[in-house]
Amino acid sequence: MRTTRFRRLQVAAGLLLAGSLTAAACGSSTDDTETSTSAGSGGSTASSEASTAASGGGSSSSSGDEVGVSLILKNTTNQFFVSMQKSAEAEADKIGVELTVAAGKEDGDTASQITAIENAVSKGDQGILITPNGDAVVPAIKKARDAGLLVIALDTPPNPADSVDITFATDNYLAGQLIGQWAAAQLDGKKATIAMLDLFNDKVVSVDTRRDQGFLNGMGIIEKEDPSGNGKEPATGKYTGGKGGDYEVVCHEPTKGSADGGKTAMETCLSKNPDVNVVYTINEPAAQGADGVLKSEGKEGVIIVSVDGGCKPGLELVASGVIGATAQQYPGKMATLGMQAIKDLAAGKPKPAVTPGLDFFNTGVALVTDTKADGVESISVADGQKICWGA
Amino acid sequence: MAVDVVAADDTDDQEIAADAGQEQGRGNLVSSIQSVLHRYPALSPALVLLAAYVVFTFLGDGRFARLDTTGRMLQQTAVVGVLAIGQTIIVLTAGIDLSIGVIAIFSHLFMARLAMNNGWPSILALLAGFVAATLFGTLNGALVSKVKLPPFIVTLGTLNIFVALGLIYSQAREISGDDLRGSGNGLLVWTGKTISFGSLRITTGVLMVVVLYAVFAYVLSNTAWGRHIYAVGDDADAAALAGIDVNRVKLSAYAVAGLIYGIGGWILLGRADTASTNNAGGANLDTITAVVIGGTSLFGGRGLIWGTLLGALIVTVYNTGLSLAGVNQDYRTLAIGILVIVAVAIDQWIRKARK
Amino acid sequence: MSAADTPAAPILTAQGLVKRFGRVVALSGADLELYPGEVLAVIGDNGAGKSSLIKCLSGAMMPDEGVIELDGQAVHFRRPQDARAAGIETVYQTLAVAPALDIAANMFLGREKRRPGPLGSILRMIDKPGMRRSAQEAVQKLGIATIQNMNQAVETLSGGQRQAVAVARAAAFGSKVVILDEPTAALGVKESGLVLQMIRDLRENGLPVILISHNMPHVFEVADRIHVQRLGRRVAVIKPDEYSMSDAVAIMTGAATVAGGA
Repeated sequence: MRTTRFRRLQVAAGLLLAGSLTAAACGSSTDDTETSTSAGSGGSTASSEASTAASGGGSSSSSGDEVGVSLILKNTTNQFFVSMQKSAEAEADKIGVELTVAAGKEDGDTASQITAIENAVSKGDQGILITPNGDAVVPAIKKARDAGLLVIALDTPPNPADSVDITFATDNYLAGQLIGQWAAAQLDGKKATIAMLDLFNDKVVSVDTRRDQGFLNGMGIIEKEDPSGNGKEPATGKYTGGKGGDYEVVCHEPTKGSADGGKTAMETCLSKNPDVNVVYTINEPAAQGADGVLKSEGKEGVIIVSVDGGCKPGLELVASGVIGATAQQYPGKMATLGMQAIKDLAAGKPKPAVTPGLDFFNTGVALVTDTKADGVESISVADGQKICWGA
Repeated sequence: MAVDVVAADDTDDQEIAADAGQEQGRGNLVSSIQSVLHRYPALSPALVLLAAYVVFTFLGDGRFARLDTTGRMLQQTAVVGVLAIGQTIIVLTAGIDLSIGVIAIFSHLFMARLAMNNGWPSILALLAGFVAATLFGTLNGALVSKVKLPPFIVTLGTLNIFVALGLIYSQAREISGDDLRGSGNGLLVWTGKTISFGSLRITTGVLMVVVLYAVFAYVLSNTAWGRHIYAVGDDADAAALAGIDVNRVKLSAYAVAGLIYGIGGWILLGRADTASTNNAGGANLDTITAVVIGGTSLFGGRGLIWGTLLGALIVTVYNTGLSLAGVNQDYRTLAIGILVIVAVAIDQWIRKARK
Repeated sequence: MSAADTPAAPILTAQGLVKRFGRVVALSGADLELYPGEVLAVIGDNGAGKSSLIKCLSGAMMPDEGVIELDGQAVHFRRPQDARAAGIETVYQTLAVAPALDIAANMFLGREKRRPGPLGSILRMIDKPGMRRSAQEAVQKLGIATIQNMNQAVETLSGGQRQAVAVARAAAFGSKVVILDEPTAALGVKESGLVLQMIRDLRENGLPVILISHNMPHVFEVADRIHVQRLGRRVAVIKPDEYSMSDAVAIMTGAATVAGGA
């Protein structure tokens, strides 16, 4: 009796093994699981919404005049980059580019990105679109360009900026400034007790420092940014944004950009000071987690601001009043422009010019809120929803 | 011939005499501490937790010892705490599980999506999440016990497989707690429901974790299966000769751990209030940290489940306490690292108590 | 004392056991008889097939040919558990104890007793006090005075005490035969004496014992009969009061033969 049941268990486990292997095999087609190929001219299969389930039969890289492009993302778990990937795939379909997608395992994973760059060179791609996880990818980018590839950075300008042909990015510092100015205006001269829910505390990445310090600049707490890391500002003092007043920065806690990380960070900050009334969050899932803590602890009237302006949950949270204002960015637009630029450059056309005063082409940022603040330009949630993720 | 045999006997005697000499030499305070810690493996983490609590209480300006802070720390420990039960069982069999976090992630995605996108009743979606996690655990167990691969390699491989399955399945789309509640699937985030005792706020998930620890403390110490888990981890060959079906014990350990990760997925869903592939980052290493600090030996066969709960709490207490004391973030990570090394060193030292 | 003289039928017999490992022949038609109430020592040089013979009897190995009978019934052991279920307990050289578990837990490892009633049937609760009592009784029965606390972890015991636990376990569960594989190999003089006394006690309690040992003085001290194994088969069965140790060694190495031994 026991033995029989046990045998059945074994069979079940065997089936599961077979099943998962099949799934993995289907999912990855010819490449490894981190990479997927979708052929632009390959027909309908390539545009399937599951990018990773692209057809194995459609990869026709041998046709001579086809332009091959690799899109190398920071990760594939963040909606920001997933939407970037979708837009790139749609554009690839439209203009007939063969797109290969690769990604780091997590933010800051430069090793996987370097491998992906080298793969693109070996594969004979004509261009690379990359959202750099760090400056460690720069030497690999240089080698790729020496080998004749066009390299375009998306979302995050590499350091130095001229190590790529051009960058299509958003100004994360400006995004931070907008929500900082907005938050300062809402305070109306009251004391600001601020919780800073960052991305990491164990590594320094530019999106993290620029958004964090942009916010503090917008609040009128710091003058200029310090790329060496967050939390260098004085813990207390006066802010000059809005009507101005006293401030206290309670904490800089890491969220890893996730809801449960946002919760833990918010809890730690509240333990430090239960009077927090302004919460900066690195992105909207973190804001959602923070809000959960504030609600369950019965804290009301806390101003939460965030960055990204994603369709879901981002703008929904702004609409429902959880997030007061968010700085919307357009990853889809970056991807689309990037794809076009590679196509144009390959065809011998000149590359687009960078935005004046910046070392990259600014795809724009807009403050989305239904509570307008004097002197801070913003668009409504309804308008933001029409262009969310820049798709 | 016979003379040779006798000669061999003499050597044995000398060795035993030497051993006895050493035993006497150690007959001091240090040795008795060593043997007390050896006998009560949960004692050292309990002392560390107590000491940390006392130190942080006096270090800060009274914020640490407040009930609301304690409640928050308990909530923060819930997910790692429940997952670490499974890790403890596996480590007791002298294994290790690197696929913990991703099994929990998959199961919470699975529950939420079955309920939201496929219209399954919440209770069935919940059970399906448990079943999926149990099957994943069973797969690990089958590869360890039947195919005889080292647990580290097996779970390193399945870690990647399960991550990929989770991403492929969910396409990295999130489902929020509000969506679930709005569609009548509140059961799935029930584990995040707040329960207040004055200013001490915990969640139903926290209570579930405590109940699960009690259940598995009972199972490990009061059932034959629990005994066999220890025996297999202590000395698999001896256990086999004593008549224990070692492979079956290992397979069942991974399967049970899988079920625990499924329940962990439910608690994670309530905790994060969102089903997302971004949740529970770092859970794998956090559970190993909790197990090690809790006094369970990575060599298997030795340790107490309560020690793991203490270990998980110690990590949270350190993080919060150091943060409230204004210690720079970098030093918090440093402190946890030192804690792990010290815990393993103490484990080795205690093991040497009797050889 | 001399059980072989009594007309009783053997309790355990092996006839014509053959075991090959590729070209190596470990057993080439080995026989063995064990009579009720006797201590049968098995001696032989390395490679004589002692341990293969014992493994066949204890279920750790299946013979290619030959018959094993227990109480006159042919038996086929596929696993050690089969032999154990039939009443043959083996104390391995490695002892097969879990060092971190206590004495009572080790005594009942793999066959834990459950509490009566719903505690046992539903909650599967094992009967710790009951097992402790039984362990205490088993240890006392063998007259092992140095072990008092059944909650002591086995790793805190000396080599002889561990051996005693393993023997007590075998004695408690072995209803027909107890096999001891080199029980004194790792022990000093005093502890060896303890183990030899336990072997005599087992015989007093009516359990026949097969003792595998290299140690001639120990063999001659406790054995009723001595089975000499050489080149994969039994070459002689001798009585310790009729032969000297050097005779035994000579037979073992082939320097002497015994007429009609096999």
